[in-house]
Amino acid sequence: MHMADALLSPAVGTTFWAGSMGIIGYCAKKLKENIDERMIPLMGVLGAFIFAAQMINFTIPATGSSGHIGGGMILAALLGPYAAFIVISSVLTIQSLFFADGGILALGCNIWNMGVYPCFIAYPLIYRTMVKTGSGTRRILIASILSVAAGLQLGAFSVVLQTILSGRSELPFSTFIYMMLPIHLAIGLIEGFITASVINFVKSARPEILESVSLSKSLSQGISIKKVLTGFLIMAALTGGVMSWFASSNPDGLEWSIEKIYGKPGLPEQEQGIAPALKQVQDKTAFLPGYNFKQSDGASTKQKGGKSWPDTGAGTSVSGILGSVMVLGIILLFGAGIKILKTRRA
Amino acid sequence: MPNFNKEYFNIGYLDALSYKQTFIHKINPGIKLVVTLVFILIVVSFSKYEVHRLMPYFVFPVFLISAGEIPAGVILKKIFVVSPFVLFAGIFNPVLDTTIVYTISGVPVSGGWISYASIIIKFILTISSALLLIATTSFPGICFALDKLRVPKIFVMQLLFIYRYLFVLAEEAMRIVRARNMRAFGKHGRDIKTYINIIGTFLVRSIERSERIYHAICSRGFDGRIRLLRDINLKFTDIIFALISVSVFIILRMYDIAELIGDAVLKF
Repeated sequence: MHMADALLSPAVGTTFWAGSMGIIGYCAKKLKENIDERMIPLMGVLGAFIFAAQMINFTIPATGSSGHIGGGMILAALLGPYAAFIVISSVLTIQSLFFADGGILALGCNIWNMGVYPCFIAYPLIYRTMVKTGSGTRRILIASILSVAAGLQLGAFSVVLQTILSGRSELPFSTFIYMMLPIHLAIGLIEGFITASVINFVKSARPEILESVSLSKSLSQGISIKKVLTGFLIMAALTGGVMSWFASSNPDGLEWSIEKIYGKPGLPEQEQGIAPALKQVQDKTAFLPGYNFKQSDGASTKQKGGKSWPDTGAGTSVSGILGSVMVLGIILLFGAGIKILKTRRA
Repeated sequence: MPNFNKEYFNIGYLDALSYKQTFIHKINPGIKLVVTLVFILIVVSFSKYEVHRLMPYFVFPVFLISAGEIPAGVILKKIFVVSPFVLFAGIFNPVLDTTIVYTISGVPVSGGWISYASIIIKFILTISSALLLIATTSFPGICFALDKLRVPKIFVMQLLFIYRYLFVLAEEAMRIVRARNMRAFGKHGRDIKTYINIIGTFLVRSIERSERIYHAICSRGFDGRIRLLRDINLKFTDIIFALISVSVFIILRMYDIAELIGDAVLKF
């Protein structure tokens, strides 16, 4: 469920970048205060392990297709939330560079979706409250399934939200939700089961590994719900703030993101912020499923579409297409030219 | 497992490309990182109907491919491999947005197709620029640049560690998979129970490896910091590269080059 650059608007992308970088900084600070030096190679190797383990497949029961682990909750259980968040972020960073999963701008969103929810919501609120040092196998199983599923649901929901806020995809909110949440619930159940089994395996093979983590505890405690909520409030305010700033300071170039959400180019002063944006999303979801009736009641939507399209006559559109083709041709010639120059010099 | 080997060699191949010695490869990693980020931000900032305005931006990846001597096929293949999510997320644009915006020799083109095309083109541009960054810059170089840009040390160290052990553990995973395949007929051994045992053992082995690494680096004087062998300094060419590319991006953002050329040709 990697988010992609192409589906993001700059406002949404940079906001989540800022949010994720902020949390990395916060985790780094927390870790600096109380890090056990041997954690550093452990974190590094576990990060590489997540990569390597994802190359081993298994057959998903009842479907016959094959899958691999995500591993976020295993990391949290082994390392505590701060270190796990750093590891997940670095794994996603390397994936975005080497595998082109997502992209560099979407990295902020991906770290947020796959790091924040499992490490700072699902782990402290579900896993940690259920599993204590002496917890039995079944308890770990239930806690893992619940926390992994919750983390994935939040992440999937967040992907939908980011896509809708960016306004690049026409996918209706509700349809997107129906497509993302059930599939990620299924993935979450399997992933949760595997997570629990692997944790139990480690528990029986090398119990002291898990114990040392759950004893050296300043790492996993001290996440209060209050702090988490404050973080989310700040994030919400930031999203609203950044978007309205883009809209007011750069009316011609960047206003489409607002335009898409609000349905009109400008926005009245008192309506800035996240609340009206959410309201619009709600309004949209209310009538978009009935989009098939476009012919009969689509007059207003059509107008909206017409407005966001710059008023170009047939002549300019032809020149746009012709120009595009020529530009591409020139660029390719330019590239070929460099190559020829290079081989000649060599 | 042919897929697995291919995947593995792909990372290795991109990494190997990054050690070439062209003009592009020699540019300061931090500068390349920042220029790539600016490129992506500007590309993404176009509205969903401005397809023709995205075209001139192909100049950046094409320039990097030709000047950096990167085989274009590798980059293209990678782009196709990761495209499904984007293709899916945009597939409803043509269905839901049927406002006619163009008529090309009698064939009406809806806004949805235009915006779908713009998503795909943006996708190609952003993904290729990320891949080209890594193909023209050594990964440790990028990490050192991040360090200079004040990214938290522990995060940078984490990236370096993963990069170093990624190849080691990937080879171990490859051996495990090969061993499983040789002991199993067809689908046997691919069930979830065996899988958990394999992953569990692999995890415990990796943790033990990290303990050995810890002892090894301690005996070499590890004190929790990374040190750089060479200092990466800013050269004159780096600044020129940054100035030229960023101003080209901005000029292309301000002026509709494709349309200007098209107009000129039509008049002619």
